[in-house]
Amino acid sequence: MTAIQAPQAVVPAPAEPQHDGGRRRRHPWVLWTALAVAAVVFVYPFVWLVSASLKPRPEVFDNALVPHHWAPENYATIWSAAPVLTWMVNSVIVAVAAAAAVTVSSAIVAFGFAYFRFPGRNVLFALVVGTMMLPGAVTMIPTYLIWNELGLAATQVPLWAANLFGSAFYIFLIRQFFLGVPRELFEAARVDGAGYWRLFWRIAVPLCKPALIVAFVFELRASWSDLLKPLIYLRDPALFTMPRGMKSILDQFGQAGESRWEVVLAGAVLTTVPMIIAFFLCQRYFVEGVATQGRKG
Amino acid sequence: MSSRETRAAYGFLSPWIIGFLIFMAGPMVASLVLSLTDYDVLTSTDFVGAANYQQLLADPKVRTSLANTLIYTVLHVPLTMAVSLGLAMLLVRAGRRSAGFFRTVFYLPTITPKVAVGVLFLLLFNGQVGLINEVLGWVGINGPDWTSDGQWIKPGLVVMSAWSLGSTVIIYLAALQDVPRDLYEAAEMDGASPWARFRAVTVPMISGALFFTLIINTISSLQTFDEVYTAFFGSSNQQTYGNDAALFYVIYLFQQAFQFLHMGYASALAWLLFLIIVIITLLQVRLSRRFVYYESE
Repeated sequence: MTAIQAPQAVVPAPAEPQHDGGRRRRHPWVLWTALAVAAVVFVYPFVWLVSASLKPRPEVFDNALVPHHWAPENYATIWSAAPVLTWMVNSVIVAVAAAAAVTVSSAIVAFGFAYFRFPGRNVLFALVVGTMMLPGAVTMIPTYLIWNELGLAATQVPLWAANLFGSAFYIFLIRQFFLGVPRELFEAARVDGAGYWRLFWRIAVPLCKPALIVAFVFELRASWSDLLKPLIYLRDPALFTMPRGMKSILDQFGQAGESRWEVVLAGAVLTTVPMIIAFFLCQRYFVEGVATQGRKG
Repeated sequence: MSSRETRAAYGFLSPWIIGFLIFMAGPMVASLVLSLTDYDVLTSTDFVGAANYQQLLADPKVRTSLANTLIYTVLHVPLTMAVSLGLAMLLVRAGRRSAGFFRTVFYLPTITPKVAVGVLFLLLFNGQVGLINEVLGWVGINGPDWTSDGQWIKPGLVVMSAWSLGSTVIIYLAALQDVPRDLYEAAEMDGASPWARFRAVTVPMISGALFFTLIINTISSLQTFDEVYTAFFGSSNQQTYGNDAALFYVIYLFQQAFQFLHMGYASALAWLLFLIIVIITLLQVRLSRRFVYYESE
C-alpha cells in the first residue's frame, strides 16, 4: 500500500472542486429517484424499530409506520425489568475510558513516528501497520489469561485498559496529521528552548485536534457497540454494558424466553439512541475519519 | 542524529512497544504454546503435541463453522463492494451538498450497535410476519423462513449486512471525488462509451480504495460475531440455544474457549483462523499487483 499522502493542511483536507464524475446529467430524475429509494431503504429500519418499540404487544408485527395504539409503557417495563440506567452508565464509563486512553496513547506514539528520525523507524512503523491485520480472535485467549492472572478478569478493566498502549489504526491516522504540521514551527520552538514533550503537547496536539476527535469518536462507537469482550469478561449483571445487557434482555424476553418483543425493541432503541446522538454531535468527524481511511490505501 | 533524540523517540514509542509485547507478540506465542496443550483452566495441563490440530481436522463443527463463515464472506464482501460503488457513483453525480446529506443517511446504520442489528434481523426477516417477506409479497414472491430455514439464514444475514455498508460508500466517494475530471473529458473526446469510461478511468483510478476495502471487509467478515451471536446463540432459563446453520467460526471459537473452557483446543482454532486470514490476505495482495494502479509510482 503505497501512495500515502499527508493532508495538505492541518485541518481535514478541504473538498476538491465539485465534478460529476464525467457525465453530464442527462436524466437527473433517474439519479434523484435512485437516491431517494436508497435513502428510504437505509432509514426505514430505524423508523420501523422506533415505531414497533412504541406498539402494544399484539401490534408489534403489524409493520405499520405509525402505531395504531401507542404503548410508551414498554419503556417503563424495561426500565423496571432490567437495570438499564446502570448499564447505560457502565457503557458510558467504559466507552469514554477506552476512547480517551486510545486517543492519548496513540497521539504520543504517532508523534514519535512523525517528528523523530531514528534508526529502526521504518521497520517499527511497518510493524505497527502490520498489526492492523492481526485478528483479535487470535490473541483473545492469552489476553483473557493475563487479566485473569491479575485478578481483573471479572471487572470492566479489560474492556478499556489495553487501549492505554495505542492502536495501530489511530497511530497511523494521527501521524498523517502530525506530518502535515510545518516543521519550521517545531524548529522555532526548539530554538526557544522547548523540550520534545512541549513540541508534542503545545504545538502538534492543538494543531491536530480534528484527528484526535476522529480517533476519539471512532473508538467511542467501537467500544459502545462491542459485545464479544463484555461476553467474555462480565459475569455480574451490575457490571454489564448496554449491548451485553441488551443480549440478556433478548434471552429473557425474546424468542427463547417470553416472546415479549416490544420490550426487546425498547431495549434495542435504548442501546442505539446514545450513538445516534453522538453521531449527530460529531458527524463531520465520523465521516472525515472514514474518508481518510480510503486515502491511505 | 543525536542519541539523545533517539532516546526521546523511543520514549514516545514506548507505550506501543510495551503494548505490542504484552497484548500482541506475547499472546501470539502463548496461544501457539497453548494450542499444543490440553489447558482447560480447571485441571492440570499436559503437553499434547499436535493432538488439538488432529482433533480440529476431524471436528465436524470446525467444518460447519468454516463453511458458514466462508460462504458468508464470499457473498457479503462482493455485495458490499458492488452496492457501495453503485451508491458512491450516484452520490458523486448528485453534487456536493446533496451528497453530504445522503452520505449521512447511508452512514447512519453503521453506528447502530450490532446487537440491535441482530434483533432487527430476527424481526424484519421473520418468515411469517417480517417486513421483508411482506414487501416480497407485494410483488408476488413467497419469501422463505430467513431466520429458521438453515439454507436461508446466511443469505438473509448477507442482505442484512448490506444495511451497514456506509463506511465503504464514504471511502469510495472520497476516491471518486479525487479522480481528475480531465481524464473523463479526454475519454469522452475519444468517443469512449460510459461503460468504457468506467472500465478505463474509474476502476483504475479508485483501485487503491477498492483493494483497501476488499482487504478490510474480508478480514472483518471472517471474524463476524456480534450480530449473529445475538440472533442465534445464548442462554435462557439455564438452557443454552444455538443454530448450526449460523455457527460462524469465531462463535465456535468463543464457545470452545469460554463456555467449555477448552482453551488449548480453542487456541488451535485461533491459529487456524490466523493462518486462513494470512493466506487469504496474501492472495489478495498478489492479485492486487495485477490491477491496482498507484499514481505515485
